[in-house]
Amino acid sequence: MTARITREDVQRMTAEDAVLIDTLPENEYTEEHIAGAVNIPLRKLDRQTTAHLAKDAPLIVYCYDTD
Amino acid sequence: MHDFVRGKADWAVHGLPLEGRTAGRRRAIEVCREDIPTCGPHEPLGDVLDRVRAGGYEMCVVVNERGIVLGRLQRSSWEKEPESASEDCMQLGPPTTRPDHFIHEVIDRFRKGNLDSLLVTWYGRDEDGGRLVGVLFRADVERVLAENERLPR
Repeated sequence: MTARITREDVQRMTAEDAVLIDTLPENEYTEEHIAGAVNIPLRKLDRQTTAHLAKDAPLIVYCYDTD
Repeated sequence: MHDFVRGKADWAVHGLPLEGRTAGRRRAIEVCREDIPTCGPHEPLGDVLDRVRAGGYEMCVVVNERGIVLGRLQRSSWEKEPESASEDCMQLGPPTTRPDHFIHEVIDRFRKGNLDSLLVTWYGRDEDGGRLVGVLFRADVERVLAENERLPR
């Protein structure tokens, strides 16, 4: 189950211990990404690729926009 | 798992911190003018023109009650009868850009289309899609680009 969250939620959650995951392709991540985000392109996002992230921390994914 | 559905574009247009090779480049939202006059579709043209002139502009954006762009009144519109409804005098489908677009990319649209201005409207399919943010003027973009040495030429 994925919960939809807002910009304000992201700010609050990342100020605590949440992990922010940029799901855009690597070249787009290199160009620009939200400060502190790690890159796991959407097609590679699974249990295995997120296994190294903090186990108890909330995970937040984002792409470019709603379109 | 949580989904920040509005994503990087939403984060960027609100001026929140970004990292990477292009972070810090100027976007449309930073350069557009937000004090452009607006009017409703049923307002008489004459009333609107008085307000527009008082603000020192030649342009007025016609919006609905939610701020969604319907059209634009510009120089040629003011020649119509003052009693005419704004919606009957407006330019339909005026050129637009998005608030998150980089101005060094938008300048190409100005040049290729020989445009003086672009309406900046909110993107997306939610209730904000098409809402007016401001107007981006070519002269402002050229001035900012000339001032910013970090941008590609």
